[in-house]
Amino acid sequence: MPDLPFSSERYGPAERRMAQALVALENRILHPRPTEDCACRQGMFPGLSRRGMLLGGALLGGALVARPARAEAPPGAIEYPVQPDPTREQGRMILDDGGYGSRSQFENEIRWRYPTASLDSSWSMTPLASGQGIITPSGLHFERHHGGIPNIDPQRHALILHGMVDKPLRLTMDDLKRMPSASRITFIECSGNGLTEWEKPTLRTVQGTHGLTSTSEWTGVRLSTVLAEAGVQDGAAWILAEGADAAVMTRSIPIDKAMDDAILAYAQNGEALRPEQGYPLRLLLPGYEGNTQIKWLRRLEVGDKPFMTREETLKYTDLLPDGTARQFTLTMDAKSVITFPSGAMQLPRPGFYEITGLAWSGRGRIAEVEVSADGGKTWAKAALQEPVLDKCHTRFRLPWVWDGTETVLQSRCTDETGYRQPTLAELVQARGTRSVYHLNAIQSWRIAQNGEVSNVHA
Amino acid sequence: MSTPRQSPLGSALALAMALFPLAGLAQDAAAPRSVAPLPAELPDSGEPTPPSPVVADEAAGTPGLDADFGIGRPATAEEIAAIDIDATPDGQGLPDGRGSYAEGKALYDERCVACHGENLKGIPETGGPALIGGRDTLAGDKPLKTVESYLAHASTLYDYIHRAMPMDAPGSLTPDQVYAISAYILGRAGILDETAVLDRETLPQVRMPNAEGFTADPRPERL
Repeated sequence: MPDLPFSSERYGPAERRMAQALVALENRILHPRPTEDCACRQGMFPGLSRRGMLLGGALLGGALVARPARAEAPPGAIEYPVQPDPTREQGRMILDDGGYGSRSQFENEIRWRYPTASLDSSWSMTPLASGQGIITPSGLHFERHHGGIPNIDPQRHALILHGMVDKPLRLTMDDLKRMPSASRITFIECSGNGLTEWEKPTLRTVQGTHGLTSTSEWTGVRLSTVLAEAGVQDGAAWILAEGADAAVMTRSIPIDKAMDDAILAYAQNGEALRPEQGYPLRLLLPGYEGNTQIKWLRRLEVGDKPFMTREETLKYTDLLPDGTARQFTLTMDAKSVITFPSGAMQLPRPGFYEITGLAWSGRGRIAEVEVSADGGKTWAKAALQEPVLDKCHTRFRLPWVWDGTETVLQSRCTDETGYRQPTLAELVQARGTRSVYHLNAIQSWRIAQNGEVSNVHA
Repeated sequence: MSTPRQSPLGSALALAMALFPLAGLAQDAAAPRSVAPLPAELPDSGEPTPPSPVVADEAAGTPGLDADFGIGRPATAEEIAAIDIDATPDGQGLPDGRGSYAEGKALYDERCVACHGENLKGIPETGGPALIGGRDTLAGDKPLKTVESYLAHASTLYDYIHRAMPMDAPGSLTPDQVYAISAYILGRAGILDETAVLDRETLPQVRMPNAEGFTADPRPERL
């Protein structure tokens, strides 16, 4: 398929097939059928009409999605009649939603599934373009599974901690909730975020290029508390974390990280973890690549060496041009992206716009975000919106007047260690284009004269 | 492994469980515990009662993260053995058993071929990746990462097949079967000859072509 991206010989057939399928999917969602009446098409946001969205959602699922009781509503919403004048009649009764709550029927943001060949092993992306503040709604947190989403009864789930400890422990969920709790707001990013963008601009939207990062408040028990309870022996250096999913997903974690800020998390954004985020228990490793933060956590084994599991050898290693690969590249480097305006939007006319986006670093707080509205020739310091937290999405904003000429918008961030987000050219110079993971380069959005925003390498 | 501490609350606990036989409390009821479980919710109080986080008796320890909480209970050797399935490069964790190339071929044709193909080169439609081939491609324009070309340790192959394969019935293969399938794949990869037998002694000695292919993370000092 020479007319599509990924024609480069450097991509393997599986990567090419996946990426092409996602490109096709994006096109399908972004171009509603001709019969569709979509008033927003000339507006700033792409034509994500409800029908187009629902069509996309059904296709994403790969099968017919179970229809909600009131079928017309988007996922997570209930369809109610719109009142001609809500001041002239009583509104609907309390708890009509069953006591949990639902979003407005007029809001339809959803995660997109990356169309891998197998539904059991896939990922979905957070719609960053419409996000506000720094918290990702739990229902929009990106997902990456390696063996589907297990359905686990918390009363039958336990965590076993063993290996180089004085006292191997078995902890039920009740046990863990009895221990002193810790809570923090932190991002989780998949190290594959942006893997389609190494060689050429490929996906059109920021959801496609950057949607594998999300932020939540996570609550649980400090792993150091539990390790102290068990008594870690001299010589311990690594901990194997293992999930109770069909992949029995495993990663080796340096014990220094475990003792520093790791959390055994049972809650997300004030309620129990969502099943797709590891219910009832996941490992949280602030600033580390997402796959290390084992979900459905069932076992921790303390050892003196890394365990060399499949996910840290065959996968999640970064191949360099000389044929060697970096291993245990665990920390996510500083990264930022403009979410508005971003790919597949259209600016309706010259004038004032507030540029906004997200910046984050796995090594600490964001110290500074700069924005360029001229393709990197000049940079202006953006305002950082509070709160600015350690290893957390940070919202930045910058007022901007578009004069109607073609230009390129970029953002770059610096974290508190002094590390500054690289250009793509710098990154490719150091690592080539085949390392798949850890692309944290500056993102460029081109504004065309007609206001169309597109993904470019600039 | 230490002995469980005696519970001063044991009898009260037993009474509580008799009154409120909730599934979660019954779960570990047989095991000695030194700390009370979470407060139980009274049945049908008629009014919403949020579970209280207040602990009646924490006198034993100083509040703080370094306290010895006495929470949980010792994991038994049987409980650990039941899920301690990892195998590491030095051979630790490899179980008893053995398997040959010939046995592995028969098993592969039955359990693996649908996704990974008769030639072990993978089947795109199923997402099943190639298992062999790709040697000397890692520095080229089309790197092919397979067991043969990329994996550094044979233990990783055993560990992963045992824990997660085959896709339609993960965890269903016996140690003998996993040794045999590993021998078949490594044989087809040209890493072992077809007479080789794998077991807990021989598998860690397999020398993988890419054993020296991995380096430590140089970041953040280098990009």
